[in-house]
Amino acid sequence: MIDKIQAALTEKRISAKELAQSYLTAIDERKELNCYITLTPEAALEAADAVDRKLASGEALAALEGVPFALKDNISTTGLLTTCASNMLEGYTPAYDAFVWERLKAQNAVLLGKANMDEFAMGSTCETSRIGAARNPHNTDCVSGGSSGGSASAVAANLAAYSLGSDTGGSVRQPASFCGLTGLKPTYGAVSRYGLIAYASSLDQIGVIAQNSADCEKVFGVIAGYDKRDMTSKQAKFTALTERPLKIGVASEFLDGASPEVTKAIESALEVYRKMGCEIVPVEFPLLKYALPVYYILACAEASSNLGRYDGLRYGPGAEHYDDLDDGISKIRSERFGTEVQRRILLGTYVLSSGYFDAYYKKAQNLKAAITAQLAGEILGKCDMLLTPTVPTTALKIGAGLSPVETYLTDICTVTVNITGLPALSVPCGLSGGLPIGMQLIGSPWSDLQLLNAAKSFERATDCAYLTKLAGGVTL
Amino acid sequence: MKYEMVIGLETHIELSTNSKLFCDCKAKFGEEPNTNVCPVCLGHPGVLPNLNRSAVEYTIQAGLSIGCAIAPLSKMDRKHYFYPDLPKAWQTSQLYAPLCIGGTVELASGRVIRMNHIHLEEDAGKLIHERGRIYIDYNRGGVPLMECVSEPDLRSADEAVEYLEILQGVMRTIGVSDCRMQEGSMRCDVNISLRPEGAEKLGIRAEIKNLNSFTAVRAAIAYEYERQTEILDNGGTVVQETRGFDGKTTASLRDKENSDDYRYFPEPDIITIAVSDADVERLQSQLPELPRVREARYVAALGLSEKDAAQLSKYRRVAEFFENAGASKLAANLILTQMFSRISTEVERELWNVPFSALDLKALIFLIDSGKLARNAAKQVLTAMLDSGEAAETIASREGLLSTGEAIDLAAAVADAIAANPGAAADYKAGKTKAAQAIIGAVMKATKGKANPEELRKTAENALSQ
Repeated sequence: MIDKIQAALTEKRISAKELAQSYLTAIDERKELNCYITLTPEAALEAADAVDRKLASGEALAALEGVPFALKDNISTTGLLTTCASNMLEGYTPAYDAFVWERLKAQNAVLLGKANMDEFAMGSTCETSRIGAARNPHNTDCVSGGSSGGSASAVAANLAAYSLGSDTGGSVRQPASFCGLTGLKPTYGAVSRYGLIAYASSLDQIGVIAQNSADCEKVFGVIAGYDKRDMTSKQAKFTALTERPLKIGVASEFLDGASPEVTKAIESALEVYRKMGCEIVPVEFPLLKYALPVYYILACAEASSNLGRYDGLRYGPGAEHYDDLDDGISKIRSERFGTEVQRRILLGTYVLSSGYFDAYYKKAQNLKAAITAQLAGEILGKCDMLLTPTVPTTALKIGAGLSPVETYLTDICTVTVNITGLPALSVPCGLSGGLPIGMQLIGSPWSDLQLLNAAKSFERATDCAYLTKLAGGVTL
Repeated sequence: MKYEMVIGLETHIELSTNSKLFCDCKAKFGEEPNTNVCPVCLGHPGVLPNLNRSAVEYTIQAGLSIGCAIAPLSKMDRKHYFYPDLPKAWQTSQLYAPLCIGGTVELASGRVIRMNHIHLEEDAGKLIHERGRIYIDYNRGGVPLMECVSEPDLRSADEAVEYLEILQGVMRTIGVSDCRMQEGSMRCDVNISLRPEGAEKLGIRAEIKNLNSFTAVRAAIAYEYERQTEILDNGGTVVQETRGFDGKTTASLRDKENSDDYRYFPEPDIITIAVSDADVERLQSQLPELPRVREARYVAALGLSEKDAAQLSKYRRVAEFFENAGASKLAANLILTQMFSRISTEVERELWNVPFSALDLKALIFLIDSGKLARNAAKQVLTAMLDSGEAAETIASREGLLSTGEAIDLAAAVADAIAANPGAAADYKAGKTKAAQAIIGAVMKATKGKANPEELRKTAENALSQ
């Protein structure tokens, strides 16, 4: 998609401004999808103008120059509303740019708007957003997934060429899976988190959602890199691509809760790889059952800390009537945070409280180390990558009314990757009842390019036959 | 009953690094409110800390200067509480793995006070109460701070203050902090409990927060001693709590039941701080001579009194000035008497803004030593130097104070003076020995202070008794 757009621009079949304008018009026509929280036409057209000037002078375009895209609403953009889909940040415009936005802006990437998401990235359906769920373009009665639901919905409906999301427990991969897209969660530290509004710092990673692996790789190439403002970011040292046939691990534990259609799609995908000459290696992952509780303890603990700053005193709306300082702070937090955010803050506060710290937080840290040793050490020592479902099911119906714990269970296949800091991606591998099924590839640290390569081989081998091309939006 | 007090101090010392702990903002005192701030130190959504390595090194040097062990790997933690001066709702500090462990401070009595550890943390902003409203100045927010936590080894207010003075002197000398209590760059929490004299078991302690002068430390301890004595004498128990001090009395801020649960956990945004042996060696080798060592050297090598040696060693700039001026007894005398009476406050001495250089003082001393300038006249010259910053020779020659090389005929000058003051001779003979002063003064005036005072006194007394 990105190549097609840039070819059209270079060959002057369309100007960058016309292109941006047609995306903005298309977005306006598909408001029911609810995939954008804020549109940024001025920023888009300004960048497009710069691209057109460059094209007029005959200069070559940078990797993402002129390509219209969306940013998740938790990525800081100077002067442009950044609300994390929360009433708490209603009207908040940041005073600084996130690292990824700096990188993209420097390329005249055309920002169409800020994509819908679960409030503060907490959720798996995008339904905790203050403006409601972004709908799934494959079936608008279904969710687009979460938390980067808007980012996925927009790309699937051709309302953005690609988008950036954030992935703390599967928030890029799961919506990519639900919407029939490729979603990359890079190795922890590959992309600077500077300017990504934190949910759980040790798990958060900015990722890419795109139509295919090649687009994903292109965007990843632009946003990856060391940034001194993020001490956990690193200069990438990607593993060299292997020429020999891949060894692909399969752990039955990942398939335990999967629906029959998902299981079938995963089996067919393994068959595709086998036919390519890959070796399928059965592996065991007994510690997987602890991944979800570990994830929710660590994520909520960090969230309760990261979200403490929202006290209504410095930015965003403040409490209107209050007796004293404590009253003002608790009022604004009770009024403006949604139910799911409050639930996680309370959970996190509880596990960090004196007397419970050892029983929960410390134990979770110990288990995290054990899980990492088992997955990154033992299992990935036996194979190049692991193939699993991304989600045990296809997209849920909007308002399905799952209990919080039932919703948390849908993250079972994705959270392990965040706990261990490993790279993973989701690629479409099947359809069921018109809804896409995604498979997940998990690799060792810095095997991001290897994973993308394996996904590309898969796309070539199957000719993407399992993908439904959606009408509407901008298709060149 | 007679009780022994047991005191432990938590001393907060702001580091004088150029920039703050996690961003590039200036870490400077006394500027317009909210001018040294950025999204990072204001805790805006999405910002991340970038640890200032010089703050780490300053803390290591502080630790090395009092004999701490340096942790090869240490970590930052988050300490949570809601207060408007803390924009992230947590203070980045160190609980589980501080940078410096152990260490000692030796008092003049020879008693050794053990340090538990020194950790690195960030300072909070400052609330300003004005016109019935509360304003927040975040200039101080994120300024690096180290907390020196002593063991409960101190036994009196005097010891507590001495310990603080030593700490202050050391930190100033090695240049990691200006330790100005009046500006808040050094503050102290006092933990104090009482136990019957001779008892081993520690009593229940109260913590008095945020004392910002030695006087306050002394007064708060004295008050607490009285308060706790009264409770214990009446058979009561001291409540473990945090107390504030208003200059006269201490009052409960919060007791243990209601104490904050800080929900400490390891700061995920800051990677482990690694300090290699080579780092430690380099930082150790950069340490200047410490006040105690310097003081001992002044006593042993120059024969200064302990008091004078201590005064000169206390302020790094004074010590350097003294050494550059030749480190002689005469230099010590001129600095400690004439210069100290002009540069009289703690802050002034620490800043040591003198209008002339140490070499200028050395030149003055040379004039005295070589006999070109009498000691008395030198006083006058030094006063003028302090006023104008001019060189000693310039002043002395302008005032005609320099000895021309010809000997002064003291006997003749004395005889002239006696002739001019006949009353003085009579008084002297009548037993009013003070009358000699009039003659000496007159001769000094006549010789423009060039006369040797000792010789003059003898000559005058001889002449008057005849």
